[in-house]
Amino acid sequence: MQLNEIWFLIVGFLFIGYFVLDGFDFGVGMALPFLGKDDTDRRVLINSIGPVWDLNETWVIVAGASLFAAFPEWYASLFSGFYLPLLIILAALIMRGVAFEYRGKGHTIGADERKWKSRFDWMIVIGSALPALLWGVAFANIVQGVPLNKDHIYTGTLFTLLNPYGLLGGLVTLTLFFTHGLVFITLKTDGDIKDRARALATKVGVVTTILAASFLVWTLVAHFSVLGFILTALAALSLIAALFANHVKREGVSFTLLVFTIITAVGSLFAALFPDVFPSSTDPAFSLTIENASSSEYTLTVMTWVAVIMIPLVLVYQGWTYWVFRKRVSRKSIPAGSH
Amino acid sequence: MHTAIPAVLTELSALDLSRWQFGLTTVYHFLFVPLTIGMVVLVAILQTAWVRTNDEKYLKLTKLFGKIFLINFAMGVVTGIVQEFQFGMNWSDYSRFVGDVFGAPLAMEGLLAFFFEATFIGLWIFGWDRLPKKVHLATIWMTALGVWLSAYFILAANAFMQNPVGYEINEAKNRAELVDIGAVLTNIVAINQFPHTITASFMFAGAVIVAVGAYHLKRKQFVEPMRTATRFGLWTVLLGGLGTLITGDGLGLAMVQTQPMKMAAAEALYDTASGADASFSIFTIGTPDGVSELFSVRIPYLLSFLSTHTMDGTVEGLNNLQAQYVELYGPGNYMPVIWITYWAFRWMIGLGLLSTLVAVTGLVLTRKWKYNLPNWVWNTAIWAVPLPLLGISIGWMFTEMGRQPWIVFKLMKTADAVSPGINGVDVLISLVVFTLIYGVLAVVEFKLLLAAAQKGIEEQKAPEDADKMAVAY
Repeated sequence: MQLNEIWFLIVGFLFIGYFVLDGFDFGVGMALPFLGKDDTDRRVLINSIGPVWDLNETWVIVAGASLFAAFPEWYASLFSGFYLPLLIILAALIMRGVAFEYRGKGHTIGADERKWKSRFDWMIVIGSALPALLWGVAFANIVQGVPLNKDHIYTGTLFTLLNPYGLLGGLVTLTLFFTHGLVFITLKTDGDIKDRARALATKVGVVTTILAASFLVWTLVAHFSVLGFILTALAALSLIAALFANHVKREGVSFTLLVFTIITAVGSLFAALFPDVFPSSTDPAFSLTIENASSSEYTLTVMTWVAVIMIPLVLVYQGWTYWVFRKRVSRKSIPAGSH
Repeated sequence: MHTAIPAVLTELSALDLSRWQFGLTTVYHFLFVPLTIGMVVLVAILQTAWVRTNDEKYLKLTKLFGKIFLINFAMGVVTGIVQEFQFGMNWSDYSRFVGDVFGAPLAMEGLLAFFFEATFIGLWIFGWDRLPKKVHLATIWMTALGVWLSAYFILAANAFMQNPVGYEINEAKNRAELVDIGAVLTNIVAINQFPHTITASFMFAGAVIVAVGAYHLKRKQFVEPMRTATRFGLWTVLLGGLGTLITGDGLGLAMVQTQPMKMAAAEALYDTASGADASFSIFTIGTPDGVSELFSVRIPYLLSFLSTHTMDGTVEGLNNLQAQYVELYGPGNYMPVIWITYWAFRWMIGLGLLSTLVAVTGLVLTRKWKYNLPNWVWNTAIWAVPLPLLGISIGWMFTEMGRQPWIVFKLMKTADAVSPGINGVDVLISLVVFTLIYGVLAVVEFKLLLAAAQKGIEEQKAPEDADKMAVAY
């Protein structure tokens, strides 16, 4: 296997890791207006991801930096081409991040507590839903190809990206992450909120299944490969199985199956992309591939050593964090009279 | 289709706006970074003192400054994502040209440092009652390690822009390619910039602790822990100040060696000078524009000493360097904006010295743990808090603006680095969005920090069961 192929896998791994992990954070954020009947409920929801959302979000920074190091042409063309969608994602992630930190601190500066919290809660909801939607739009467009000229420079506009396939991709990630977050809530909370999350997960899950099935079949028809077919089939089966497990109150199984769904579904997109990394819809000759977009052999060798040593270590200590905070969060665990 | 867009908008330059945006977002991001770099270690020291002595005073201080650290840390994290993305968004030709080299330290920063700090800070915040005392203490030290590693890698990446090393130009691909990662990570500029950044960060973190202590001592509240905090902060500022001075000297030597134009611009030295003529002007009336001699207070030999550590050294002047560069790199203006570099260099040093002076005075006044002091003493300590931060910001403006017109010294000009595919309107939108969000957040952030600092020490409520303490939001 060549180094640029290895790095295609590593970049894919990092983005999949990001979607698996921040995916349920987005889902929990979107669930606030649906499941958070009062402030205690909303605090239960937010605290279920409290210790981990920051490290989950870090995956996208590392994925972006790895793209920069391993495929500078891809990073440059993609990030400058998708300028406005990325701006919206950045603004959303900033709003979400500070809202987590600041929502409980209004009383320290004498703000109207109800208004203050409500404002930051909406920032969490919007800051979660927008990236969940836009990452799907972005990845669908990457797979489908965008207008790139011979210098690999994007020549479309924001509206070029809002095509049917791109929008469908966005709706898939939006609903899939929502389901993922709801099942995460059933896994991490207790009592009434858990039951409401389970019921909502079933409803959203059915919509997700229809959208995802259409999208993945569309992808498969456009870019057929045996690997793509296997991954698509696995994604569809595990999504349906996850919903069934959710229905019969096996939340751990359901969550694991959803993780597997995201891995295989995003994996099928990367399989559809290979060996291109950023195809041009203007002329296939202008496409960026793992050959013409990658860094030099030396850089890839150095970075491979770093990745091979660091990624297993990262998985171990992040796994340990999840183990430390494995306990469920319930209404009883929110101290009365606190903020 | 452009008829709908007013002419003034189509004239907007993506380059100029991108420069403003990079400047704004980077200066803003770096308002939070120094406090993170310094405070994480100071909090770790306070917590270590608590674990070793079991003295409640240290636990209270750990919690108070830990809270200030966290309010600030969140801002550093969210504004940091923008930094990582905008190389590709606004500077894609730069990214294409240097990605093979510059991307490596950035990706290492992510894989080695960002994951590390994000994971262990979560464990520290939420782990107070979940982890054994010593394991919990280890998590803040691990966070500190992550923060410092991150600082090193990003400074190594920046050092490549100041002094490109460890690369070769691939003509066919029109890009710089990495040939020696060791050289990139041991760049003489990185090796000198790192301790300078760390020591200056300690000055600011120390100044924050002093200000909080002074605020409460002025009101005679929480006297016992606040006396400790104030002395601890004052020593940190003093040692940080001395460290900043020494490391700044090292960085200056590295700068003369690698970027003589920047040193000449720092002194507005137009013609090459040696010995006593290589003097350092403390200040000048008017703006040194090289047209006419202005009134200035000068110290003979000092520039020679700063630049070469000898009294009879020669310092190259702007005009000589300009002529050299035209010969090497073709026609063009190779001087940065002189009045900015000249004044920024002086303000950076002046603010650092002033802050150190305040700390020395404070240490003398509070010796033998005295705290019955007039209000003006405490007020000075409180109002001195922005001095190091301003010095740091201005120092970075000097470093970055002194490199112009280059984005990578000698290899690529800033004007050639901007994304060719983006237009002025897009960048105007993003500039407005970032300015608005950052502006609002600055106000909220400042109020919250102030409130946490003024509230001081909170009495710990006895938790009814340990589980409740694992909730932080």
